[in-house]
Amino acid sequence: MHIPNGFLDPVTATTTAAATGGMLVYGWNKVRQEMRQQSPITLGLVAAFIFAAQMINFAIGHHTSGHLIGAMVAVAVCGPWTAGILMSAVLGVQSLFFHDGGTIALGANIFNMAIVATAVSYMVYTAVMNKTGSRSIAMATGAWLSVLAASVAVAVELAASGTASLASVVPAMLGWHSLIGIGEAGITILSVSFIVKYAKEAELKGQVKEYAQN
Amino acid sequence: MLKIRNRLIVGLLVILIAGLLSNFASSHPDGLEQVAEDLGFINQATGHTSIFYDYSLPGTPAGLTSSLAGILGSALVFVLVYGLSSIIRKV
Repeated sequence: MHIPNGFLDPVTATTTAAATGGMLVYGWNKVRQEMRQQSPITLGLVAAFIFAAQMINFAIGHHTSGHLIGAMVAVAVCGPWTAGILMSAVLGVQSLFFHDGGTIALGANIFNMAIVATAVSYMVYTAVMNKTGSRSIAMATGAWLSVLAASVAVAVELAASGTASLASVVPAMLGWHSLIGIGEAGITILSVSFIVKYAKEAELKGQVKEYAQN
Repeated sequence: MLKIRNRLIVGLLVILIAGLLSNFASSHPDGLEQVAEDLGFINQATGHTSIFYDYSLPGTPAGLTSSLAGILGSALVFVLVYGLSSIIRKV
């Protein structure tokens, strides 16, 4: 879902970049509080894991593919504000070093995958966890909806840029990403149970529960 | 000790995914690229200057290049996040 350069007009690219910057300013204290709860090594390992997992494109149908975003993984393991920072770091390295996602579109890509996907993951996870009490169902729903929400954000940005019409690009993005989201949900459940078990035991489990109780 | 062992396990898993599993990744267009093809705006995509081009490292054999790029990228992300969070903890 990484937008390359050329798809967005300057106004949309600047607006999303400004919204991204605004979110960092708004959440700065929460970022600080939350990031202190984890050791830098744990956070680095989780981010490196998401970067590696994003490289694995799985086939959807005969000539399309999708890969993990990882917002739900980051939220479940580190909390929503830390997740935003980790996702931004992954997206930055992908764009600046590996030509994955345009530099002009970087603000939009961070907005879509580090803010929208992360916020939706967190809110859906919390709501479903409170209702059902099942961590797996909450993570699967959060992961699936986070991909759909991010794909709608991309579609709206493309339409705002005049690249495609809203009426055609929203259903097209939702169609493919409702399938890709199933992969996201499956990989999320597998990876979170693994990372919670090995990256850091007691604190992370406690933190996932704590978020669910809030 | 247990903590160090577990961290090594996660680190090894990252290297395994980035270095080995990435070779089996599908090279088909992703969701957004597919939509761009279907709706006819894929040609609007322009390149940009990045240090490497598309998960390949110059001067490395074709069979190994995406593995090495994946491991290097994971290491870069680790160092970046480790550094960032060490700084944010102190401010």
